[in-house]
Amino acid sequence: MKLKADRATLIKALAHVQSVVERRNTIPILANVMIAVRDGRLTLTATDMEIAIVEDVAASTTRNGACTAPAATLYEIVRRLPDGAEVELDHPGGDAQLALRAGRYATSLVVLPVEDFPSMNAGTLPHKFHLPAVTLRAVIDRTRFAISTEETRYYLNGIYLHVAEGEGERMLRAVATDGHRLARVEEPLPEGAGAMPGVIIPRKTVAELRKLLDEHSGDVEVALSDTRIQFHAGPVLLTSKLIDGTFPEYERVIPRDNDKVLRVGKKDFSDAVARVAAISSERSRPVKLSLARDLLVLSASSPDQGTASEELDADRVKYEAGPLEIGFQARYLNDITDQIKEQVEFLFSDGSAPTVVRDAADSSALYVLMPMRV
Amino acid sequence: MNTLCRDCLWTASTPARTCASCASRRLVSHPELFALTIAHVDCDAFYASVEKRDRPELADRAVIVGGGVRGVVTAACYVARLSGVRSAMPMFKALKACPDAVVIRPDFSKYTTASRQIRALMSRLTPLVEPLSIDEAALDLAGTQQLHGAPPAAVLAGFAREVEREVGVTVSIGLAPNRLLAKIAAGRDKPRGFAVIGAAEARTLLAPEPVRLLPGIGPALARRLGQRGITQLAHLQALSDREALRMLGEDGPSLCRRARGEDARRVDPGRETKSISAETTFDTNLARVEDLERPLWHLSEKLARRLREKEFSAAGVVLKLKTATFATRTRTARLPSPTALPDRLFEAARALLVRECDGTAFRLIGIGASQLLPLAEADRGDLADARTPRLAAAQSAIDELRGRFGMGVIGRGRSLR
Repeated sequence: MKLKADRATLIKALAHVQSVVERRNTIPILANVMIAVRDGRLTLTATDMEIAIVEDVAASTTRNGACTAPAATLYEIVRRLPDGAEVELDHPGGDAQLALRAGRYATSLVVLPVEDFPSMNAGTLPHKFHLPAVTLRAVIDRTRFAISTEETRYYLNGIYLHVAEGEGERMLRAVATDGHRLARVEEPLPEGAGAMPGVIIPRKTVAELRKLLDEHSGDVEVALSDTRIQFHAGPVLLTSKLIDGTFPEYERVIPRDNDKVLRVGKKDFSDAVARVAAISSERSRPVKLSLARDLLVLSASSPDQGTASEELDADRVKYEAGPLEIGFQARYLNDITDQIKEQVEFLFSDGSAPTVVRDAADSSALYVLMPMRV
Repeated sequence: MNTLCRDCLWTASTPARTCASCASRRLVSHPELFALTIAHVDCDAFYASVEKRDRPELADRAVIVGGGVRGVVTAACYVARLSGVRSAMPMFKALKACPDAVVIRPDFSKYTTASRQIRALMSRLTPLVEPLSIDEAALDLAGTQQLHGAPPAAVLAGFAREVEREVGVTVSIGLAPNRLLAKIAAGRDKPRGFAVIGAAEARTLLAPEPVRLLPGIGPALARRLGQRGITQLAHLQALSDREALRMLGEDGPSLCRRARGEDARRVDPGRETKSISAETTFDTNLARVEDLERPLWHLSEKLARRLREKEFSAAGVVLKLKTATFATRTRTARLPSPTALPDRLFEAARALLVRECDGTAFRLIGIGASQLLPLAEADRGDLADARTPRLAAAQSAIDELRGRFGMGVIGRGRSLR
């Protein structure tokens, strides 16, 4: 295997693959990236056995072949090469070391045999559809904060992607919850997704995919089966296992009859929450929302540090229902308002019941928040 | 010198051998008798006494309360104690020492009822009652003389009479200037005792005693002290704070203060329950998960019941195992949300248990709540969990039925396996 590629191209691809590689790995070869030249095409592959990423890289190749080399080391070396450098990778085959040359710099890296590199078999992926990268990005951003990290309920450790009956038509829906908050986002059902099963995409896959979407515009091809999902974004192919579990029946916990409506500017609200919450570093301390006609008072207290409050009145708040007091964790409020553009709409029932939050101008996303006792 | 008759509550300011009012010889005399206010009340061989009360034919027999061939002595009556039976002694040893003892399986609901009755009587004496266990409590009667029209000593003697009459068991009382001395006093005149330790004689009285007398000095610490030539409390009394710190470490100075009979702890009725747990020793050693699951489920039910009774929930669980070779293993796990449900306690403890089952034979299993939270915070479910609140509702229904008709009226199918 022999090839030349410019540093900028190589570093970008290495950054993608090395982030999939598990750092604290007990299987040495999983720390490696597979570098392969076939028919003049260079591909880099990395896997942690749950996710595999394969990336096509532009290079001028002179000899076919493949080897695996430590991903992190390779990344660090290439990162430190000067801008505009041309990198040559040369592996004569077998157990020989991988030679890397750039200008007057040269290094040899120990390789592990390609045959030992695990290949992740995607199997057949019967469901295939396309989503614009910008749509997929928005779906992820508005749900991923609610993904649980709790080990016992492993089936909450991802985004539940499925087809659901929306307002009279079938929609592609993404849901995540950690029990305290729930995020539900809907997009028009793309062609080809109609018969897909509901799948839970693991948190790490979501994170890797989201990174790739930063650099990709245009469409992403999504293909999936009951157990695997694959995202094709430009030169990158990301394949992942799915979480084998049943996502809870979330529809039942979304309140339908909450009739106390609060509208408030996103910036006014989230800034006030942040200011009021600054009184306490304890995450479990709630920010209290006290509501009266066209008045919202946010307050928080800490037994050690004191109290804080801020009033938002008629020029910034619209609320016509009866008085209400309710408390939420500040971070949970801000995770949601971060996803809202201008006007936040709260739909309350009472001080102890789940509350619905929406972007007043966008019905595609809906959030549910459990209150804390105040 | 002040004197009190424990039978008729006659008092005098002179020493006497017999009561001038009722001729009883059960008199207490002490110069500080009517000035002391801190009491320690300890029921005599509590479980055994309750059993004897209910089965008068056993009055003169040796009675041991405890369970199973492999169990330990939970309580031994004073007749059994004469043969050397002690509580916490393995049952086979106890029966060797006292072969004709009557062994009775403990019936805790009976003891709890008696304990509640006694506590109710205590709360008539003073609001400052700190229960220390099912059969022990510390009381502070300071400032109650006006109310009762009698000094604390007389009020306590009356209380002891009342317990005998109304509950049918006897208590031993220690009266002293602080909690430590009161506890020590309560142990000096058992059973049916009334002992007084005054501030003036505390130090000299403790001096010749073995270090083990102090609560908190167990066999291990006693051995360590022994290696340094400290066997009597006098040796500890003689140490300065500096010497104590150097020789005995951080806890040295406080240990020496206690050896001198000093104790500043107050009687605090609001003292929190710090832990709730349940454990059991098997008849034969068990090694397989399937075999250990069964007792674990019963203990989970028991723990859940105790939590609910005391209005607590568990933030986490502790699994305790004792191997055939008496090595203790404890493993803890935090729960995602607090619980007082047997199902959730069991689930968490079972996960810990599976990891410990590597062929090792165990003789004991226990489960405890690792941090106590209010019951109101437990099992409320969340956006992803609709099952738990339903389980909690079912459990409340079970509790209610059992409360009305007894434990056996309803149970989970799994406990029949």
